Parts: sequence; C-alpha cells; structure tokens
Amino acid sequence: MSLLSIRDLTIALPEGADRDHAARDISFDLAPGEILCIVGESGSGKSMSANAVMGLLPEGVTPVSGRIDFDGRDILGLSEKEMLALRGSRISMIFQEPLSALNPLMRIGAQIEEVFEAHGALSGAERHEQALRLLTEVGIPDPQVTIRAYPFQLSGGQRQRVMIAMALALEPDILIADEPTTALDVTTQAQILELIENLRRKRNMAVIFITHDFGVVADIADRVIVMQTGEIVETGSADEVLLHPQHPYTNALIEAIPRLTGDHSGGRGDTGEPVLSVEGLCKTFSTGSGKFFGKRRVVDAVQDASFHLYKGETIGIVGESGSGKSTLGRCIVRLLAPSKGRVLLEGEDIAHMPGAELRERRRRIQMIFQDPFSSLNPRSRVSRILTEGPIAYGATPGDARKRAGELLELVGLDASAMSRFPHEFSGGQRQRIGIARALALDPAIVIADEAVSALDVSIQAQVLDLLADLKARLNLSMLFITHDLRVAARICDRIIVMQKGRIIETGPADKVLRDPDTDYTRSLLDAIPGQDYERALAGAG
Amino acid sequence: MTRFILGRLVKSVFILLAILILNFFLIHAAPGDPAAVMAGEAGAADEKFLADLRAQFGLDQPLYVQLWIYLKGAVQLDLGFSFRQQMPVADLIWNRLPATLLLTGAAFVLSLVLGVIAGVAASARQGTWGDTVISTLALLFYATPLFWVALMAVVVFSVWLGWLPGFGFETIGAGYTGFARALDIGRHLILPATTLGLFFMAIYTRMTRASMLEVSRLDFVKTARAKGLRHGVIQRRHVLRNALLPVITLAGLQAGQVFGGAVLTETVFAWPGIGRLMFEAINQRDYNVILGVFFVSAAMVLLFNLITDVIYVFVDPRIRLTE
Repeated sequence: MSLLSIRDLTIALPEGADRDHAARDISFDLAPGEILCIVGESGSGKSMSANAVMGLLPEGVTPVSGRIDFDGRDILGLSEKEMLALRGSRISMIFQEPLSALNPLMRIGAQIEEVFEAHGALSGAERHEQALRLLTEVGIPDPQVTIRAYPFQLSGGQRQRVMIAMALALEPDILIADEPTTALDVTTQAQILELIENLRRKRNMAVIFITHDFGVVADIADRVIVMQTGEIVETGSADEVLLHPQHPYTNALIEAIPRLTGDHSGGRGDTGEPVLSVEGLCKTFSTGSGKFFGKRRVVDAVQDASFHLYKGETIGIVGESGSGKSTLGRCIVRLLAPSKGRVLLEGEDIAHMPGAELRERRRRIQMIFQDPFSSLNPRSRVSRILTEGPIAYGATPGDARKRAGELLELVGLDASAMSRFPHEFSGGQRQRIGIARALALDPAIVIADEAVSALDVSIQAQVLDLLADLKARLNLSMLFITHDLRVAARICDRIIVMQKGRIIETGPADKVLRDPDTDYTRSLLDAIPGQDYERALAGAG
Repeated sequence: MTRFILGRLVKSVFILLAILILNFFLIHAAPGDPAAVMAGEAGAADEKFLADLRAQFGLDQPLYVQLWIYLKGAVQLDLGFSFRQQMPVADLIWNRLPATLLLTGAAFVLSLVLGVIAGVAASARQGTWGDTVISTLALLFYATPLFWVALMAVVVFSVWLGWLPGFGFETIGAGYTGFARALDIGRHLILPATTLGLFFMAIYTRMTRASMLEVSRLDFVKTARAKGLRHGVIQRRHVLRNALLPVITLAGLQAGQVFGGAVLTETVFAWPGIGRLMFEAINQRDYNVILGVFFVSAAMVLLFNLITDVIYVFVDPRIRLTE
C-alpha cells in the first residue's frame, strides 16, 4: 500500500533552458514510514521532482504529463485552494539553506505558530504551547528562550531544527527534505540526520530525502533513486544500489565520494626550512568601541596558533563552523591584520609588514575561495581575471596573456575560455579559473578556503585531483581549509584540527584520521556519514 | 534603546554646530552684504552711510568675532535680528515653520503611502498592462520638473476647473474658525502637497516594486508557501515587511530633500512657509535669516534621520539586538 505514487511524471522547463525537461517519465512509490533518497548532481532534476509534489515549482516550470497520486487523488489536478490545505499539513518540506529559510524579521515562535494559523488549527494559547513542545521535540536547547528569539540569533543547525519543527507541526504524512544537511558541518549534519531518523520512527512518517552525498544515503536510506539529467537511471533498496550498483553513473557517483581510507603518503618529513611559519598568531574581533555608548564585546577568533608548512607539503586545517579556521587563513595572507604573533613567509615576518613591502611578498602566497560564483568578477573576461595580477606586478600584457593560456591548459580548460565571462562556466569550471588565477603569480603557497565545499561530489573529486596533481608538478605548498574530514583525508599530508579558535591537534593525516589524540577529533570522525558503508565496501572488495 | 537615542542626539549636536560654522563662512564668501543691498535700494548712499549701516549690523567686526557672536546666540536659540523685516529671526522662522511642516509632512506621508501601495500593486501584476501603466506613470512623474507640474496643476485644477484654490494658505478675510478653518487650509494644501509629493511618490513606487520582487524570490518566502499560507498573507507578512526595509532607508534620507523641495513649491503656490522666507532672504542678502533657515533645515534633516534610525531599530530586530 503506497502513500504516494508518481507515474510517468514529466516536468517541462521554460523555453531557452539548456534542456527541454527538468524531469522525464519519473515513476516511483513511497510507503508510509519509509525514507526514500533521491540522489543526483545539481541539475539532475531531483529537486524539481520533489517540488512538484508540493506544488511549488518555480514559475515557468510545469508538469506536462503523468500523475502524482496522494490519498486517492491526483495532486496535479488539484486547485490552488486544495493544495493549500495539503501543504504544510499533510506534506511538508525543509530546505537546503537554513540561514535564509526563515523570515529574518519574525520571532521563531511566531513562524512556527503560523503553520497552525494557516490551517486554522488550535487557539492562540494552544499554538504557543504546541510551538514550545515542537521546539523541545527537535532538541532545541532552552526552548522558552528560543521561541522568543529571531533567526539571526540561532546557529545554522538550530535553524534547521526550527525548520523541522515547523514541518512537523501538523504531523504530516510525508516530509520532503531537499538537501537539508548540505550547508551544515559534519557534526551538525550527523545530529540532524539522527533527528530525522528518530522522528520518522516515532511518527511513522515517510521521508523523501534529496541529496548528492552517498555517505548520507548510506546512513539513512531505505530505498534509493538515482537521477541523471532528468531521468531515473537506477532504483532499488539501499543495499542493492550501494553495494551492487548497476548503472555506470551510480558507480561514478559512489566512486567520487571522498573516503577516509586511502593512501596518505604523509612522508614529506620535517626536513629543510619551512616556507611558512606561523608563531603564536592571535586574532581578536571586537564590536562596539567601548568608549562612548554600548558595551564592548570581544571574540577571540584565533588564539595562539603555531605551525610550520614545508616545501611541497599540504596541511589540512579542519574544524566546525566558527572554529576560526577561515580567520586563521585570512590572517596568514593578511586579508585580516593579526592581533598578535608572527607569520614568517620564506623567513620574513609579514604579520605587521607595511604596504609596499607586503605587496612584494604577497604574490608568494595566494588564495582560492569557497564560492566559485561570487569570487570571480562577473564583468571581467577570463583573460583579464588571469592577467590582472601579473600585469600589476610588472609583466607585459603579452607575456601575461601567454602565461594565462598556459595556465588554462594546466587547469584543464580550453584556451577559448580566455574571451568568455565567468557566468558562461559551470561551478567546477569556475573553480578551475579560480585556481589558475591563484597560480598566475607563481606563488610558493596556496591557501584553499573550503575550495571544493560548494561543488557536487564528482566535480569535487575532479578538482581535488587537479589540486593534488598541480601540487606535485609545481612543488607547491598548500593550506587546505575545510570542514569535511573526508576531503582533507584525500589531499592532505598533515592535519591541524581547530576548535573554538585553538589548534587542539596536529599530526600526519594518517595518524589524525585513524588514531586521533583528542576526543574532539574523534567526535568529528564519528560524525562522518557513511562509515559503516565504507567498511562494508572495504570488506566486500 | 534610550542609550542609543541619547548617543545619536549628542552626535547630532556636534554635527549641527559644524553645519552652523560651515554655513556661516559659506554665506560670507558670497559677494555683497545686506548693507550694500539696502544702500542700493535707498538710491543714493555715500561711504559714510554704508559704514554706519555696517557698524549697526555688526558687519564691521572681524569675521571670527562675528562668528563667535553668532554661535553664542545660536546655542541659546537666539538666531539674531533681521534688519530687513525688523524682527528677531527666531520669531520669523517660528511663524513660518508650521506651514512648512504641514506642507512637507503631508507631501511626505502622501508620497510614502501612495508610493508603497502603487509599488505593491505593480509588483503583484508584474509583466501585465497594470504594471506597465504604474511603472510608466512613475517614470513620468520622476522625470517631470517640479515647477512645471506645479504650474500645470494650478492651470488645470484652479484656473480651468476651479476645483481648488491655486495659491495661499487659507482664504483671506473669510474669518473661518475651528473645523471650517481646518477644512479651508486642507483645500489649499491639496495642490502644493500633491505637487511636492509626486516626485517622491514615483521614487517609492519604483523602489517598492523592485524590492517586493526581489524579496519574493528569497528562500523564506518559499518556506512560507510550504507552510500552506495563503498568497495574501505571504505577501503582507513575509514579503512586504522585508521589502519595506530599503524603502524606509531611502525615505529617511529623502525626508530632508522634501524639505528642500518645499522652497520651489512654496514660491509657486505662495505658501507662507520658510522656503519662501529663505528665497526672499537670499535676494535681500539678509544673512541672519538665511543662516537661521539653514540652521532649522539642518536640524530637521538630522531629526528625520534620527527618527528613521529609531524606526529601523523597531522593524529590524537584527539592528535592535546587536546595537
């Protein structure tokens, strides 16, 4: 007896899109209490299929054929008024970006109570009481306080819990979760996954879970659907799909998952002079001048960080959001001025170096940023993006252009890319341009700040391979800042673990990943999704 | 909150003082002085007469002494004496200020309310003829010079149609009192307030429309839809509230400009406000009156900005709770 049944659903994209259909001939069933994972990369149509169930397709995107049967009726044939009654009460949804999914101007409590109001349930006082109960149920600490809070006062994980509380308010039959943990760090992700799993069991609620991460799939899925360019390419129970994938695309996705196990050469050894030495680095942020009005608040973002980076070595700096890892990276390139401590770049302290001198040193240390969409100037052609730096340091435009061509080839892009604008490239290609831009100045050190976090797994794997290859070929030293231990495992020789602004563990990647010294690192490792699966795979292979 | 307002007030006093000093030097940098203008009007004047006038006005003192005397007075709200009008400047302004506040206040509220309504209406009909009509009208009002609109309004509604009085603050000699007087002033207010407000209304219309469309694409609006809320509730509670934030910022900055725009409107409609007072004072080089009007306008702008900030603090919790 299936709760939801989708048959031959085809969703058309508006004219001028890169293909005709967001989804074509989609059919699947969902049983009560089942967790169904829809897996695929961005643009595979997985979100569109789920949004069709909610009747929340973007403008211009319309289902053209097929049916979605829920509760004995075809949802596609319902009026907007009938859909309103279903949405949020029988079927509810949570989204990827917890930071932007709540109204910034409304209190948490009011936003939850709104669900009852929309469906005319309960009286005012009862709504408040229910909101409190829901917040408690989703594990919000101090619900009495949180109910009066505004979204910006909560962390990403807490906001996602609030979203879940909202979605659960009227005890829906189906919860649709669209990449709900992609924007969260591993520990928070593990908690949210556990919460969804528990709620499902307690309420016998069916879950459609959309993700691109097979590690997550392995942890929670009962059944799996794999989608590629709008079509279902594989479907089956979690075990079947994960252990005996039939379709090459599924195989490729599974292959692309970064794994903890693997070859860590790690054997660079602490030989020779370090290219970069960080000594007792501190960074303190303060808000409010503390002079006139207003209290002075002080945050110690980085405290007493010290480490050496050797020639040709990659160090991973790992930690949860708010651990200070990005601040540390920014202090090292002097995008932020360190409050205290020394940063020795090839023997010279740049921590407090003034303008002109710093400018000369700075070309030796370059940065690759997280967001491939906002880190390239949308109004500059790639040629300008790649030549601007060298020309600023005195190269002739001709030489710089020639070098730019070589760089594009080096990062695996066609030379024709030179005359195009950033928006003409995909996320992975843009990140390659970002890498080429960093290399244009022949740096000794590259700092990659979450450089692959915004990319799909298969693209992520390609970019990581590229970085590893470049590092070996150019004998670069690299600082790799990431919240994802699996990514760090794949590329780093040594790993630094940060917590609350402090370095709490440093060691060879192998050691840190297999036999960490601190409980905190162990808890980070435990939170990585898909570990049982990985062991099962290793056992089978 | 009180601490925030107090802090801003203290800053405002310093800014006001700086504006006073700047204005003082600006006005003295212009060629000519009241004595020269008065002497010119008197027809025949010799050097002695001019020197006497200057001594009488205190214009023979060194500039820094004049500044000191002026500042000392201003701090006690004594803005000097207008020798042209034979009245203390503070009294002159005090008599004219209510009319100006009434005009600018009415124009401002009118432009904001109608602008937001029109903007919301246009965004709800995005891409249809309704949207096109509203956007085109807004562009038209935005591009048309204020004085032309003013003159045309007088020609059409006062001269041709005879619906509304074309100038003045109230019907002179009618002797209305109480409610009848208020009604009479209201009728006189319609044309100048609409004229002054149209330009700003156009800005708010365009701003609100763009802001509504931008906010309705944000994630939390999708969340609201997923809750099963009705369209109207989503627009009002989630979209409009967020879309108004940039409009409030802009309106706060422009409240001062409305005040400036009043000079033109008051002159065309013979509205007895401080805009016209300033216009006359400039022609007559009546230093003290000009400085006084500048002072009051600056104070108004600062006050409006402070009010905007306070409103902002109330509508946006992110500012309230991190201040």
